[in-house]
Amino acid sequence: MALLQISEPGLSAAPHQHRLAVGIDLGTTNSLVATVRNGISVVLNDEQGSALLPSVVRYSEDGSVQVGITAQAQQSVDPQNTIVSVKRFMGRGLKDVGEVIDLPYRFVDSPGMVQLRTVAGVKSPVEISAEILSVLRNRAERSLGGELVGAVITVPAYFDDAQRQATKDAAKLAGLNVLRLLNEPTAAAIAYGLDNASEGVYAVYDLGGGTFDVSILRLSKGVFEVLATNGDSALGGDDFDQRIYCWILEKAGLSQLDAKDTRLLLTHSRAAKEQLTDHVQTQITAVLSDGALVDVSLTRDDFYAMTQNLLSRTLQPTRKALRDAKLSVDEVKGVVMVGGSTRMPQVQRAVAELFKQTPLTNLDPDKVVALGAAIQANVLAGNRSADDWLLLDVIPLSLGIETMGGLSEKVIPRNSTIPSARAQEFTTFKDGQTAMSIHVVQGERELVSDCRSLAKFELRGIPAMVAGSARIRVTFQVDADGLLSVTAREMNSGVESSVTVKPSYGLSEGEITRMLQDGNQHARDDMQARALRELQTEAAQLLEAVENALQLDGEALLDAESQLRIRNSMEAVRGVVSGSDNSAIKRAVESLNQATVIFAQARMDRSVSTALKGHNLSELEG
Amino acid sequence: MKSLDFQQDFFRLFEISPRFAIDSAALDQRYRDLQSQVHPDKFSHLSESEQRLSMQWSTRINEGYQTLRSPLARGRYLLSLQGVDTQEETNTAMPLDFLMQQMEWREALQDAIAAKDMDALDVLSDNNRKETAMLQQQLGAQLDESHDHLAAAGSVRKLRFLEKLAEEISSAYDELDS
Repeated sequence: MALLQISEPGLSAAPHQHRLAVGIDLGTTNSLVATVRNGISVVLNDEQGSALLPSVVRYSEDGSVQVGITAQAQQSVDPQNTIVSVKRFMGRGLKDVGEVIDLPYRFVDSPGMVQLRTVAGVKSPVEISAEILSVLRNRAERSLGGELVGAVITVPAYFDDAQRQATKDAAKLAGLNVLRLLNEPTAAAIAYGLDNASEGVYAVYDLGGGTFDVSILRLSKGVFEVLATNGDSALGGDDFDQRIYCWILEKAGLSQLDAKDTRLLLTHSRAAKEQLTDHVQTQITAVLSDGALVDVSLTRDDFYAMTQNLLSRTLQPTRKALRDAKLSVDEVKGVVMVGGSTRMPQVQRAVAELFKQTPLTNLDPDKVVALGAAIQANVLAGNRSADDWLLLDVIPLSLGIETMGGLSEKVIPRNSTIPSARAQEFTTFKDGQTAMSIHVVQGERELVSDCRSLAKFELRGIPAMVAGSARIRVTFQVDADGLLSVTAREMNSGVESSVTVKPSYGLSEGEITRMLQDGNQHARDDMQARALRELQTEAAQLLEAVENALQLDGEALLDAESQLRIRNSMEAVRGVVSGSDNSAIKRAVESLNQATVIFAQARMDRSVSTALKGHNLSELEG
Repeated sequence: MKSLDFQQDFFRLFEISPRFAIDSAALDQRYRDLQSQVHPDKFSHLSESEQRLSMQWSTRINEGYQTLRSPLARGRYLLSLQGVDTQEETNTAMPLDFLMQQMEWREALQDAIAAKDMDALDVLSDNNRKETAMLQQQLGAQLDESHDHLAAAGSVRKLRFLEKLAEEISSAYDELDS
């Protein structure tokens, strides 16, 4: 019987067709794209042979956009229109970026996410990030010779819902189908773990250009289980540069530099930091725009001293993650170093001291995240993987709801394994109250004002009752990307309201569509045509998935009538898929999705039963 | 083929007999086997309905695992299957000696925080752990042997006190570490 041909019910049985999928590390300083080729994860280089794309975007007056090295070369010449480290502004308001306000940008305080005024107009961090992602998408499609099925985009584990949502929006804007948002330390663990076939508890210490993450994972029989994660989404190598920059200002008796000089000295600061990795002393020499000469000498010891507290700010979350995982340092088998900033000797030394062991650095700390993301993308795209492994990740910050007195009532605690759902009941506090406003927050602090506000929505139409007798059940659902949706329902009347949490400054679908169509910013693909192509690809994938499922399980799980109904819906999709009527394709796909609901249920039930029988169907086949 | 009951109880879902004493290695193994079958990562290239179902199942299995893995949640859950409400929010009648000890420990916690005394925290944490282990053993006997549901509900309420204290000790560590 056909039913017994597969070992893993979820996986497609079409190994001949390799789907093009990539992993993208959208970094603060550099971004990379990687893919699995012939079973091996490789980073894709640009035409000049470099893997790292500096995350720098320059806007020009004529509307042209430069990304990468060429933009980076202009950062001191044209600092206000050359955006570096845009990741630090993703999903962040002006007050959040206050600490780095002496950056040479013209910030625009817009509701929620800060925007930047450039010569080409006001740009949101989402749009700027999308420019970087577009370049990587083009690089991948050129290199792989075809359109991508999708991409896994990595995010810092400690990114909150707003930052994740902004990242996903940027990917959509770049025309990428997001297969999954994957936490950076987890991606690194995949690259390491699968490489070394490790077992036991590992810590991943990930200090990037602008973010710090630490994750504690248990690797066991192909399962990567994140036990706890912690971090600081506004701490990274940039801050070390900033310390040197401030030191130069003090040492050279400077104050109030213009944007060009600021960027110039920041660039020199970064170079000095990198020099001090291999040298005990470095000379910083620069000529400012007024002709003044800056010529100072910085020793490694001074650099260590001025950055000591930055280092402490990474060790504290590390200890906290260990406590959350209920583990002591002795139980950690290995420590993986990720991110370019872990090249600093004082970082390596401090981590080694804390964990009482030499950290692992055998994979390139700049590339390991992209390599891991590519492995995950390959599996999610439905390409068969020789290794059968499973990833269980967590949410980094507690999700809660505002209750009386401005307090946050936690609904899903931090470090809960995702996907996760939790329902909590609330009640009215006034007689005859017919509406309830629901304020969703994220963070560990007790006061709502200390947490991040994610969304506010209202449940209306509650029947008038005595205070305290309405039963309002609020359900939080966090999906595998770590993104939240919330439903509220009054249990006596059944009145319901729900939101997919879009932070007030997240972009709505409408805004993204508008941006996608706003092709005059600079030359883009014809968006209409692209949207049609994507729909067609999606429809073709669905047809293939359903066809495979029918061949495998149709006879066993469905009666003749149900099979016929699905077949008819498939025919309907085939009838319109090569046409150019977007909405007809959408309708046909939707109705095919509807027709397969029961079939999907039956397949899922069988999967669960299979797991319980403790053996795979392939074993029966023998 | 008969459809599985999504709402079936967690012990059935994990095929573990509904007792307080469980084989935690077996639970871990079942959890991994189940997630390997239903996790969204296995369905991301399939139809929308399969993706949605996968998320629901995976969520349910995570919830079940959390419930069965924690002794307190497991005890509470066993009682709820018997129709016993543990009244953790409403029933505040506690044996006097237990309350006295709790007050002492909470004072000790405040003192340790004020004195920034990590060693005192360690001692307190250790005491709390021992007391928790003792109460868990007691709860197991009440649930699995004497089937005394009222006494078991009392033990659950005590364990909830200790869990709260453990949470406070944990945030005290965070505070002293900052």
